[in-house]
Amino acid sequence: RPEPNRKSLEGAESPYCPATFHNLQELRHSASLANKVFIQRDYSEGTTCRFQTKFPSELDSRIERTLFEDTVKTLNNYYAEAEKIGGQSYLEGCLACTTAYIIFLCMETRYEKVLKKIGRYIQEQNEKIYAPRGLLITDPIERGMRVIEISIYEDRASSGSSSGSSSTSGTSAR
Amino acid sequence: MHLGLDEPVRECQYNQICTRNSSPMETLSHKKKRTPRRKWQIFPGRNRFYCNGRVMMARQTGVFYLTLVLIMVTSGLFFAFDCPFLASNLTPAIPVIGGVLFLFVLGMLLRASFSDPGVLPRATPDEAADLERQMDAANGSSGPGYRPPPRIREVVINGQTVKLKYCFTCKIFRPPRASHCSLCDNCVERFDHHCPWVGNCVGKRNYRFFYLFILSLSFLTIFIFAFVITHVILRSNRSGFLNALKDSPARYPLTGREVVVCFFSVWSIVGLSGFHTYLISSNQTTNEDIKGSWSTKRAKNNYNPYSYGNVLTNCCAALCGPLHPSLIDRRGFIQPDTPQPLSHSNGSGLYPSTQNHTHMCDQEHCIQSTKFVLQAAATPLLHSDPVMMGRAGPPPSGKTSLGGPCSSLAPSQPSLPSSMPGLGCAGDMLTLRDPDAHCHHHHFVSPEEMPSPLGPSSLVLPFAAHGGHLNPAQLYDPASQDSLHEDSVRGLVKLSSV
Repeated sequence: RPEPNRKSLEGAESPYCPATFHNLQELRHSASLANKVFIQRDYSEGTTCRFQTKFPSELDSRIERTLFEDTVKTLNNYYAEAEKIGGQSYLEGCLACTTAYIIFLCMETRYEKVLKKIGRYIQEQNEKIYAPRGLLITDPIERGMRVIEISIYEDRASSGSSSGSSSTSGTSAR
Repeated sequence: MHLGLDEPVRECQYNQICTRNSSPMETLSHKKKRTPRRKWQIFPGRNRFYCNGRVMMARQTGVFYLTLVLIMVTSGLFFAFDCPFLASNLTPAIPVIGGVLFLFVLGMLLRASFSDPGVLPRATPDEAADLERQMDAANGSSGPGYRPPPRIREVVINGQTVKLKYCFTCKIFRPPRASHCSLCDNCVERFDHHCPWVGNCVGKRNYRFFYLFILSLSFLTIFIFAFVITHVILRSNRSGFLNALKDSPARYPLTGREVVVCFFSVWSIVGLSGFHTYLISSNQTTNEDIKGSWSTKRAKNNYNPYSYGNVLTNCCAALCGPLHPSLIDRRGFIQPDTPQPLSHSNGSGLYPSTQNHTHMCDQEHCIQSTKFVLQAAATPLLHSDPVMMGRAGPPPSGKTSLGGPCSSLAPSQPSLPSSMPGLGCAGDMLTLRDPDAHCHHHHFVSPEEMPSPLGPSSLVLPFAAHGGHLNPAQLYDPASQDSLHEDSVRGLVKLSSV
């Protein structure tokens, strides 16, 4: 299970790292949630999972465009790999069917394996690239694969009034 | 392993939250300390969960038990009364094959009934607010009383324009091929239909199980039917036909009944299997087929953008494609800091002043108590005219049903006629519990998403039926409060022009 460095800033809502809540509490003492940006799904290629690579304007001053686009493109590639219909998926499907899907009690599906890879990738990206810039990516699976949620934090010392409630709807901003 | 780590951490979390709480929340956090709750316990849809969240079904499960009973009784009779004769006179392979088929049928039925069909979790409050902001910005300034344009996004898929509708219950733009099931009150991906026989919706994740169930059931019924006939024939060869029939009731009392059940089942189930085979090979859902979404009658160059063009590829994709994971994480523990989706059915159908959402964050409570006063002032400004959404829908139709037993309740059929907008909010609302809340709810629920009343009589008395549906379900109160809250916030933001 991916649990490298507990002190590092990781996606607090990830089910794989229950202990990071402490770290996010610490983060929240020193930084406050200013805004959340949602990267929506891109349905132009059908129902497969893809996210829009359009760069949101709120991140303009926070992160370089290329880094952001790289992250989203890599995520899209991972999802494409998970949902690919080819030789391996047919084999898995036929094998599962012949065993009346009992085999999935012991074995995890390819999709689940790729989801774990994605979880680790997002964690790594958060540690290396996003957290130093005061951003945090939430794994899309936590949001029902609808959006990639990027939380923007601001240093409490620098922002005068508490910026948590002024932005979106003031809900769940801690 | 995961659970062990969670427990001590959660204790710390609760301690920290307690110190920041306003008083209404303290009792709740005390409750939380005792029993960590799982997400299925606060699931907003109208589903039932068993085995601590492992099993997920629709609310009405009566017909599912009937299906189980029919299959087991018929097969049981076959194994008890016909198999001994056939095994000894023909071949013992017959009960073996029958047994394998029967177990496969049961397995597929249980898998289709108990698994998550592909429910889309509802939007978190932040997401919903973000979407609302985007839609407001797109629509430009629209004062109260102005009819807002339908909330639709268009996307081009493989050269075909597809409209994505906004779901007012789930507060999301539905992905293509997704639909909102009015019986389960969930948006389901690749929604096929809601099957009462299976006791669940049929969607992306359990379509293959459903298809394999009806396919194997067809084989099973044909198998049983054929061999029961064989049994009677063989017996009649020995002792004459009339004697065979006479013996039948005496020694094997229920053979005749078996035959009758099988006969009717065969035609309906085989027909249904054939229909779904056609759907799979053309990569359509029952929903799309009934609405004629990709039929050339609609537009000349209308075609199905999801089809791979090849029958074999379509079949393989539907049956052997990757198995998507469940998006709703039923057995996960509720973490207090995660934003919970806007819920309708928490059972706490209380009035605004005493409202106690277990999943609403404490900050929102603080905000809500102060804004409630403003909300009361803002509400008449925002909701002076009853505005109905989603008028542009297919014409009202009765419940459409297939030839087979699976009468698919197409969720997008509006069960209320378009005369509904004419009904004033004030007059009819006296019968309902919370006038403001329900009035508001009407504004934001399109006719398509109302729970479909049973039968065409609903068309005559739409409001009464609708009221009847809403009354037992105090479910909508919290949601409408959320919507009211959000709207009052928006109204305040606009007024104060922050």
